[in-house]
Amino acid sequence: MTPPGVRQPGTSRPARPARPARSGRPVTPVKRAAAPRLDIDALLADRATRVIVCCGSGGVGKTTTAAALGVRAAEQGRKVVVLTIDPARRLAQSLGLTELDNQPRPVAGLDPAGGGTLDAMMLDMKRTFDDVVLAHSTPEKAEQILANPFYQAVSSSFAGTQEYMAMEKLGQLRAQSDAEGTWDLIIVDTPPSRSALDFLDAPARLGSFLDGRFLRLLTAPAKAGGRAYLKVFNAGVNLVSSTMSKVLGGDMLRDVQTFVGALDTMFGGFRERADLTYALLGQKSTAFVVVAAPERDALREASYFVDRLGADGMPLSGLVVNRVQGVAAPGLNAGRARAAAEQLTEAGDTFTAALLTVHAGVAEAAARQRNLTDRFRAGHPSTPVVEVPALAEDVHDLAGLRAVGASLAGA
Amino acid sequence: MPDASSLPWARARLHIVTGKGGTGKTTVAAALALALASGGKRVLLVEVEGRQGISQTFDVGPLSIAETRIAYAPGGGEVVGLSVDAKAALLEYLQIFYKLGRAGGVLERFGAIDFATTIAPGVRDVLLIGKVYEANRRRKDGRRSDPVEGDMAYDAIVLDAPPTGRVVRFLSVNEEVADLARVGPIRGQADSITDMLRSGQSVVHVVTLLEDMPVQETADAVAQLREARMPVGAVVVNQVRAPILPAGQLRSAARGRVDRDGIRSGLGSVGLATTDAVVDGLVAEARDHARRVALETELRSSVDQLGMPIFSLPALTDGVDVAAVRQLADLLTDQGMVR
Repeated sequence: MTPPGVRQPGTSRPARPARPARSGRPVTPVKRAAAPRLDIDALLADRATRVIVCCGSGGVGKTTTAAALGVRAAEQGRKVVVLTIDPARRLAQSLGLTELDNQPRPVAGLDPAGGGTLDAMMLDMKRTFDDVVLAHSTPEKAEQILANPFYQAVSSSFAGTQEYMAMEKLGQLRAQSDAEGTWDLIIVDTPPSRSALDFLDAPARLGSFLDGRFLRLLTAPAKAGGRAYLKVFNAGVNLVSSTMSKVLGGDMLRDVQTFVGALDTMFGGFRERADLTYALLGQKSTAFVVVAAPERDALREASYFVDRLGADGMPLSGLVVNRVQGVAAPGLNAGRARAAAEQLTEAGDTFTAALLTVHAGVAEAAARQRNLTDRFRAGHPSTPVVEVPALAEDVHDLAGLRAVGASLAGA
Repeated sequence: MPDASSLPWARARLHIVTGKGGTGKTTVAAALALALASGGKRVLLVEVEGRQGISQTFDVGPLSIAETRIAYAPGGGEVVGLSVDAKAALLEYLQIFYKLGRAGGVLERFGAIDFATTIAPGVRDVLLIGKVYEANRRRKDGRRSDPVEGDMAYDAIVLDAPPTGRVVRFLSVNEEVADLARVGPIRGQADSITDMLRSGQSVVHVVTLLEDMPVQETADAVAQLREARMPVGAVVVNQVRAPILPAGQLRSAARGRVDRDGIRSGLGSVGLATTDAVVDGLVAEARDHARRVALETELRSSVDQLGMPIFSLPALTDGVDVAAVRQLADLLTDQGMVR
């Protein structure tokens, strides 16, 4: 019988015989329900995979996962671009990203043997929005929009803008790789939203809003005026307009009207763009990788996300559980170790006692995490999962990313 | 150890708790609310991102805009929970200040509420903190005024705020709406909120773990908060694990220099397996533990350098439940974070 809490991450595939771990420590294979394992190398090797979206709640190592996937894919011969949203400083440095210039830059120091390449970029949402405006309007009109206070606020601070612009940038990168063959794999990190779901909803929300009847009403209330059957509607319009101007102030309302008026003539409908992006995400060439940490909240969020992707028919590849506690002495169960530590303390061997106490803590943490991930597996028996062992330190260079990539692949 | 009466936030009524995702800021906010409520106080615990983190922490049904008691504190106090939703806050706001009645429903039908709460930049945050502002000024008799001690509906308010990456923007409502609403009620509300935040009634606490990224983000957030002239309070270092080995042994363990034969005979003396696998495993785990302790010590000194009062909470081995939150609350009180 295998004692509880004894598991070495990455060895959960039942068919795999015991083998030495990287450090040369012996590993005990653990019997476990035949949960499918997320095969990262197969995903990266599949040329049909053109877009990988990494999503999950904040603080679970999403950006690190995206970057590590990028390095591994590139060193296996893919031409990769990684789009990060808001990387931690050291992680950005590990990719050679020193400035936010909204352009993919080659990452130096990669092993060129496989023939792959890696570019990386940080999203600048305001600049992306500006580029959209510049690309779709005359210079005079663009200037007018860019100077509008409402535009400036929407483009730099509205929470949904980041999601929308990440998707816009993804669309651009995809178009560029289709047209010029620059990349054959785009890996996207998702914005640190309130909820992981925001990222799916925000583009559509912004799209439907900018395209919606409220704004039409703000921009052209007079249009509806002539029609008798719209009398009730009109009463509503007046009520809305007067309330909005009471609450927001007349200036703001005018700015909004100018902004929307300018955008309206420029875009073939925000809604359409949002729909296109959404359709791109739903294609078979896209792979969603949900990232979580082995903690209650992160796994709950991951569950929601997996369910939501399923409900929306989005192509889910599987779940990455980061920072899983490894156990180096799996033969010894936690309770036994604690009891022995007590005996040894009494006998005066405090050092061995301390080692056993350390081990008991490690084994208990591992057991707790296993409980949580097992609960996820039970709720989502067909979702492939891969577990990545906790690292002693945060990743801050390419070697670190390579190591994470190897763990992701179960190597 | 800091003494509560000398702390810069001794007068604070509004405690804003932030932290990087995953550091346990909701748990700390919950513990702080319980600590503040002890001795017969009434404390409002507010979340603004609709995550239902508070209800999960206290194991009660989902919270809404209706203020609901979620826990009793020792000595007759209570914690009341509230999950502010921008939409509901706007409708309530319109009702209170404009006596809108039917207009609220019409606004909703036309998408105006969606506009104001999700699209109009900054307005959403004004509404969310605006609800906190309203609760802060509510008296026992339901009227509103500047807080008068002993007369208010709540003795203290704890806000489970957005994470460090977004908190400064969230609190800087004034700047957010400055370009848009130069005059008007939204601007007026934003100004009042900013006054409340800077009046000495409010304080922002940052929760961190002793890990690279959270400590870095804490330092960044503190710098940004100071720059934005927001009142910075304490750093709460969460999930602290006590070193199991004494200092000298930690150093040897980190280098892997240990007496393996001694370990083997120790294990044998209590009837445990003495194979190489077990000994190597234990030594490897001790080495990881020692390295981790060394890293934590280094990070703790960077936290010290922020020059803020620091409070520490232990790692909870059995997960977070109400009993655990009560323990954490006691620890915050014992360390002098609250009066």
